[in-house]
Amino acid sequence: MLTINNYVKAKSLEEAYELNQARNARIMGGMLWMRLGNARVQTLIDLSDLGLDQIEETAHVFRIGAMCTLRQLELHEGLKVLYGDSIAESVRHIVGVQFRNQATVGGSVYGRFGFSDVLTCLLSLDTFVELYNGGTIRLSEFINRKRDKDILVSIIIRKSNRRLKYDAVRRAKTDFPVLTCAVVAGPVHGKETWYFSVGARPMKAKVLEKKWSIPRDISDGLLMDYAKEAAAGFDYGTNMRGSAEYRRHLAEVLIRRSMHAILMEE
Amino acid sequence: MTVEFVLNGKRVTAEATGDTVLLDVLRNLGCHSVKCGCETTNCGLCTVWVNGKSRLSCSVLALSIEGQEITTLEGVKEKAEEFGSFLAAEGAEQCGFCSPGFIMNVLAMVRELKNPNIEEIKEYLSGNLCRCTGYMGQLRAICKYMEHMKEEVHS
Repeated sequence: MLTINNYVKAKSLEEAYELNQARNARIMGGMLWMRLGNARVQTLIDLSDLGLDQIEETAHVFRIGAMCTLRQLELHEGLKVLYGDSIAESVRHIVGVQFRNQATVGGSVYGRFGFSDVLTCLLSLDTFVELYNGGTIRLSEFINRKRDKDILVSIIIRKSNRRLKYDAVRRAKTDFPVLTCAVVAGPVHGKETWYFSVGARPMKAKVLEKKWSIPRDISDGLLMDYAKEAAAGFDYGTNMRGSAEYRRHLAEVLIRRSMHAILMEE
Repeated sequence: MTVEFVLNGKRVTAEATGDTVLLDVLRNLGCHSVKCGCETTNCGLCTVWVNGKSRLSCSVLALSIEGQEITTLEGVKEKAEEFGSFLAAEGAEQCGFCSPGFIMNVLAMVRELKNPNIEEIKEYLSGNLCRCTGYMGQLRAICKYMEHMKEEVHS
């Protein structure tokens, strides 16, 4: 059971940061996951009055405020123009519209949950997180950091000419995923580069980079070999949703499908 | 502490502590259409609109809605009754416990989506569980209701 003694709607990030330094203080996201846990929170800090609920698009980046909802991510036209339906695909299976109107991108990223579709998807892109005290760092670095008392302000996706495909397997609709997979391809410093992000293994998502130049007319067999090599770069575990062996097999299949879809798009 | 907000068009004040959820406040204010089902954000029974958007009142902290507009089924009575007649005509209600949350989300969908197909309707309503009907009657009711809405606009 969650008990909260004080609820504070912060008037500035500075105030939120100061309040959050207390031992039993917590920052609130959408309150969907935290509410299910057991904790005695002395001060709960709400960032919803700080204007962090916007997705700002510039010529070079998308800046997603930490309090943006998953539904905003799903419907954003700019993200659709650049990445097609892939970002929407990564969130549209998460419970229902009401849930996604409430769950925040910041909560999903800060939580670094093993089951997170959002984390898997964002990790495959050129993504950074802006922390109030810790500056701007790569998302891949952030997710492996020890939790601290900093505040996640925004998520920044650097725009580039990359193609993204997202896929996941669930045993039942709206359930937690058995495996999540995002594949990105595009030129990096003039070289064709592939990024593979696989999550819910059931560990949190991890990203793998491969400098592969793959012809569009590659045979199915050879493409499967590439997919197997990529899938072998991750470790897998067993839980009630699937065995490690099953997850490895799923990863090979999802990676191959996404690579095929990207190659066909070119 | 007290929280002040607009409930179905009227300004109200309620007592709440740090961990009081909106669901409890609404029921205490007499909005008994708002039901507590799973309490794990999965069933959609507690759906209300916060500033016009469907949310799960079982997981909204009451103190966080200071100054905001909350709408429950009681606030959209006429529209709910109109859609309810389509549900009844299709035999889409059995125990009816899920209906208030379901109707709130259907009305939100009708406002948000233009001409949704069956798959889009199913996806939008995937956060509303019904353990009696099997959903087919509800889908028929929604399709007929949307046809009716179109005819009304044309006429």
